[in-house]
Amino acid sequence: MSGKVYKVTAPLAGTFYEAPSPEDAPFVEVGQKVKTGDVLCIVESMKVFTEIRAERGGTVVNVLVEDEDSVKKEQVLIEIEMT
Amino acid sequence: MLRKILIANRGEIALRIIRTCREMGIATVAVYSDADVNSLHVRYADEAVHIGPSQSRKSYLNADKIITAAKEKGAEAIHPGYGFLSENEKFARVCQENHFIFIGPSPETIALAGNKSEARKTIGGLGIPVIPGSADVIRSPEEAVSLVNKLGYPVIIKAAGGGGGRGMRIANNEEELLHGLKVASGESRVAFGNPDLYIESYIHNPRHIEIQILADQHNHYVHLGERECSIQKRHQKLIEESPSPFVDKELREKMCEAALRIARAIQYKSAGTIEFLVDDKRNFYFMEVNSRIQVEHPVTEMVTGVDIIREQILIASGEQLEMTQDEIRQNGWSMECRINAEDPEDNFAPSPGVVEGLILPGGPGIRVDTHIYDSWEISPFYDSLIGKIIVWGRNREMAVCRMQRALREFKIEGVKMTIPFHERVLRDGNFVAGHFNTNYINGFNGINS
Repeated sequence: MSGKVYKVTAPLAGTFYEAPSPEDAPFVEVGQKVKTGDVLCIVESMKVFTEIRAERGGTVVNVLVEDEDSVKKEQVLIEIEMT
Repeated sequence: MLRKILIANRGEIALRIIRTCREMGIATVAVYSDADVNSLHVRYADEAVHIGPSQSRKSYLNADKIITAAKEKGAEAIHPGYGFLSENEKFARVCQENHFIFIGPSPETIALAGNKSEARKTIGGLGIPVIPGSADVIRSPEEAVSLVNKLGYPVIIKAAGGGGGRGMRIANNEEELLHGLKVASGESRVAFGNPDLYIESYIHNPRHIEIQILADQHNHYVHLGERECSIQKRHQKLIEESPSPFVDKELREKMCEAALRIARAIQYKSAGTIEFLVDDKRNFYFMEVNSRIQVEHPVTEMVTGVDIIREQILIASGEQLEMTQDEIRQNGWSMECRINAEDPEDNFAPSPGVVEGLILPGGPGIRVDTHIYDSWEISPFYDSLIGKIIVWGRNREMAVCRMQRALREFKIEGVKMTIPFHERVLRDGNFVAGHFNTNYINGFNGINS
């Protein structure tokens, strides 16, 4: 655990979804490696779904919210240790 | 006549329905979620029942809670408004089974209108042109690909469960089709509680023109003329008007006649809308039946003087329509701008937040339907539509000038609104001249130019 941690935040207030649909597996889980552009989660606001993509590659070290949680604008959702 | 109505909705449309009920001497019951405790529809209604958490799925889409509230308060009828459960056949049926009048067409008619393939078959059978598309809801991505290989690209993916642009995507190739199916299905699930989708050929640069109809239970059918709804972004209407600058007497007669034939064929009994796409050669194609009150109904009310909610309630009560076709006139011109909590400078991104410094427009020929007020929190849980400015003028030019003035008078802080976008459109030469189609916004230089 030496890399810098990059915090993924909600771009707007809404509902956090960890998976594309209730039947699907979560986009990411702790320990998973991601690369720039990978979809990490979805934030739904006013019935508009925004896919949140990784701006940096690395390893997911923390998912701070539960599926379907309400999130505030700029709230930290996921932490990624950069590689 | 009905004595007490529960309104299974929120926001401006709940208020709109409550207002007409009050004028008719009908008691109202509001329902509300956690996010709507301080909502105006709760304050305006005679009684109110809390039905659960903010998420629509757990409150406004929860049929059990709504039926329980209606029983508890002794309502006789349920008005579903638009969105939520308004086009849900099962909900209409559940209302019936629990001896509530559902203010809308029968479950059978809703089912037929909602089953886009069945509707297409029935209406195609009347000799009215329809847009080619999937015979049923799409069962798998593979099925979609093979269907579209036959239809040809581009196609439009649509939600089986409702309208309003939710769950709608255009696909120009297989990659866009597969991605579109996934996104549209998620949006549909949240917006309508139903992830089903269907696919249609996409007609280039059409106009979206719809006909408002009313039909009572005594076999009286009337139309209230057309609404022009071509100004859309992401398939969501933004500006509507009545009449349409594109429709002449001959086209109007043909479209209204087709709409009434459709309404009769599906035994429509309530207020409803038949949507058409019209190409630049004035050919029109049946698109769908909206078996509910629509957001843009006020422009029709302004030019005809008919209170469409009132007629809906009278029809549901078993009364006759209050007017014959001969008594209905389109007088002058009406236009509506939808005020959405969206940032037109940031690609219409949702902009939930707390309303401050609100000043609403007024004066001659202006109507504002909204549920917002100072310190009201616009919630991320619901649609971004927070109000509508509707104007009336003797002609289109006057209506445009009035709308320009109304937009200028509208002041709000704390959240971003679509108002600056509307101001630009209302000053644009093509719009003012009536030259536009559903792709207008794609070709529009937007707010920054």
